[in-house]
Amino acid sequence: MKTLATRGIQAVMVAVLIGTATFAMMRALPGDAAYRIAAGRYGYDNVDTAAAQAVREELGMGGPALPALLGWLGDLLRLNLGTSLVTGQPVMGEIGHQLGASLALAAVAVLLSLLIGPPLGILAGLRPGGLLDRTLLIVSTGLKAVPQFLMALILILILSVQFRLLPAAGHGEARHFILPALALALGLAAVNARIARDAMARIGAMPFYSFAQWKGLSPRQTLLRHGLRNVAVPLLTYLGLQFVTLVEGVVVVEAIFGWPGIGHALVHAIFSRDVPMVQGTALVLGLSFVLINAAIDIATLRLDPRRTA
Amino acid sequence: MMKHTLALVVAAMLTAAAPAFADITLDVVAQFEIQSPEPSTSGYIFTRMGVAETLTNADPQGTLIPGLATGWHVSEDGLSWTITLRDGVQFHDGTPMTGAAVANALTIARGKPGPLAKTPVTGIASGDGAVVISLSEPFAALPAYLAHYSAQILAPSAYAPDGAGVEVIGTGPYQIIDLAPPLSLKAKAFAGYWGNAPHVPDVSYSAVSRVETRALMAESGEADFVFGLDPASVARLTMTEAATVHSVAIPRTLMIKVNAAHPALSDPQARQALSLAIDRDGIAKAVLRYPEGATQLFPPSVGDWHNDGLAPLSYDPEAARALLSGLGWTAGSDGNLTRDGEPFALTLTTYPDRPELPLVAAVLEQQFRAIGVALTINTTNSSEISSGHADGSLDFGLIARNFGLIPNPVGTVLSDYAPTGDWGAMGWQNEEIVALARAVARGDGGEADRARIAEILQTDLPVIPIAWYRQTLAVAQGVEGTVVDPWERTFGLQDLKLTK
Repeated sequence: MKTLATRGIQAVMVAVLIGTATFAMMRALPGDAAYRIAAGRYGYDNVDTAAAQAVREELGMGGPALPALLGWLGDLLRLNLGTSLVTGQPVMGEIGHQLGASLALAAVAVLLSLLIGPPLGILAGLRPGGLLDRTLLIVSTGLKAVPQFLMALILILILSVQFRLLPAAGHGEARHFILPALALALGLAAVNARIARDAMARIGAMPFYSFAQWKGLSPRQTLLRHGLRNVAVPLLTYLGLQFVTLVEGVVVVEAIFGWPGIGHALVHAIFSRDVPMVQGTALVLGLSFVLINAAIDIATLRLDPRRTA
Repeated sequence: MMKHTLALVVAAMLTAAAPAFADITLDVVAQFEIQSPEPSTSGYIFTRMGVAETLTNADPQGTLIPGLATGWHVSEDGLSWTITLRDGVQFHDGTPMTGAAVANALTIARGKPGPLAKTPVTGIASGDGAVVISLSEPFAALPAYLAHYSAQILAPSAYAPDGAGVEVIGTGPYQIIDLAPPLSLKAKAFAGYWGNAPHVPDVSYSAVSRVETRALMAESGEADFVFGLDPASVARLTMTEAATVHSVAIPRTLMIKVNAAHPALSDPQARQALSLAIDRDGIAKAVLRYPEGATQLFPPSVGDWHNDGLAPLSYDPEAARALLSGLGWTAGSDGNLTRDGEPFALTLTTYPDRPELPLVAAVLEQQFRAIGVALTINTTNSSEISSGHADGSLDFGLIARNFGLIPNPVGTVLSDYAPTGDWGAMGWQNEEIVALARAVARGDGGEADRARIAEILQTDLPVIPIAWYRQTLAVAQGVEGTVVDPWERTFGLQDLKLTK
């Protein structure tokens, strides 16, 4: 309960800080915002001073900063994120659409990484220094070293262009998930596997683990009853940290695969000075960071009762 | 347990992957994102996809042909245009296209930023099967302005009370079944279409911002129609069998917009010297992979405006140095030019929306350095060209200007060179070209006037042309009937057939 309350206070602070910081940063950027918005709306063939002037009048721009910021915070209290300056649609609706696409992609990526990384890591950790352990070290170092941008292109070249198994890009069907999720998952799995391997090696070397086998449990039973739960704690904690990597990766991967997600939306909103959209997306990303950490706190408490004491 | 889950996931992947190429939808992929159902911003996607239509249309030569209008004529005094509407046209919601609906769509379009707002139109009234457009002064080019995508005709229910587009209810051969901004649109053939029914029943549009991905989608056969390819991808795609690359000259010119009010650039000889320093064929072949560079501002594809009689722009760095030294510039020991202690150093502003622009900027920096002119490249948002024009802070802008925004280049000439414009001349005064362009727009000017306009632009160089664009697209095997529209108005989907 206390954890939840702390996280709740954190969430409010994050909302106010992110809203204010993005607002200040967007105001501080060079260039005339009305022109940028006009370019975002009408494209480079049609942006001109007349279009920028029309934007300025329509949005009532050029007013003082403080009332605008206070207005945004006031709207936030009423759960209103405003309307996009470029598309004229409510920010809440746009984010809902895009966040859904990003969350789905991120969830599949995390799931895939958990299916690939930890099982291999645990197998390697059961025999530290073995062939699997040494191979895994090389492979996971290699995978982690490949930037997601390159990874995505390599996957497309192999799986779509060469073997024609999967669509190169797109969105809407289940098969469209595989490549972008895999591009994200391989990088995550590379680290997952290392964490799981180290945890397993550490736990496997502990006296209680040998004791379990000595009292007559098979290696399989020992792993299931005494190993997995202990490995899960550092893995889960690390998963919370990986969320940052995931958000970073989503921005790059979404651009490559034409995925209508929040990373893609944020980049475009910054480019065309769509302040409410930037504030909204940054806010949602910040809050989901708090939310995920809260969820992981609760899960680790469940897994490891010693921590409640 | 883990093993089972893993097996399930693999099985799911394989079954999901199987029907990857068994669909009969024609998939179009391009870089343009859909913002909202608003004709003034995303209208060009709706017209190109055959969802919405305009009153007038253009054939590949740029000649106006009937669209939703069957004819147009002007009154004796040139102040009133009567546009006769096609009979029996239905909107996608089943309502008929009436004079009132057309007048409503045009009136809303005129109130938003766009070419129509720059015409001398004073009112649009609906008549019997026609609309009447009144003008404050004669304007012969008006029918061409009606071909612009922002003047597309949507049903009255497509607009909110304030005129904002809320739903795309057009008249085209395809009607939207799913519009999901910013990246996708799905449409199906419209049974009540007035013209020939399209061959392909379902079409889709996807916006993919990265050019590498678009090229790979063409190569893998994932997309049937891929737009906006970069030169490197084109070279690669021509070697594969999955897609055919089509290329056509379009009325768009890559050029340097010059601030003629800048002390170093105000003399036409200075601009000529810079023009002589540019190796256009080199840029065209090495960066753009085009056969040749521009020899004048108007490409041959803008028909009447291209002037064969002009001496072509040439490459001669020696002559360039001589011209600049005649203007009082002297080279220092490092080769850089100075005059009265001032260095010849300027900033070139460009934007990355078209991927070739920053590349060409880098080559220009080298070629200008060879004659002692120092260039700083600023790659930023496209609107910096407009705002730099407005406040006079721009030195050079490297831009790609479209002469086919409306199918009559006089629209671009009027807005850019009579006498200046955001995407044309800057700090430049030429009374003659203003009078000529207005005469051509009114309908009084002829071939001689257009030739003289081209000549003035060639000698005075308010902008320095570099290359004429080509539109390249990749079409998948099994798609027949591709016609690339040089005016960038349509993808021609209704004429395509799938044979795979």
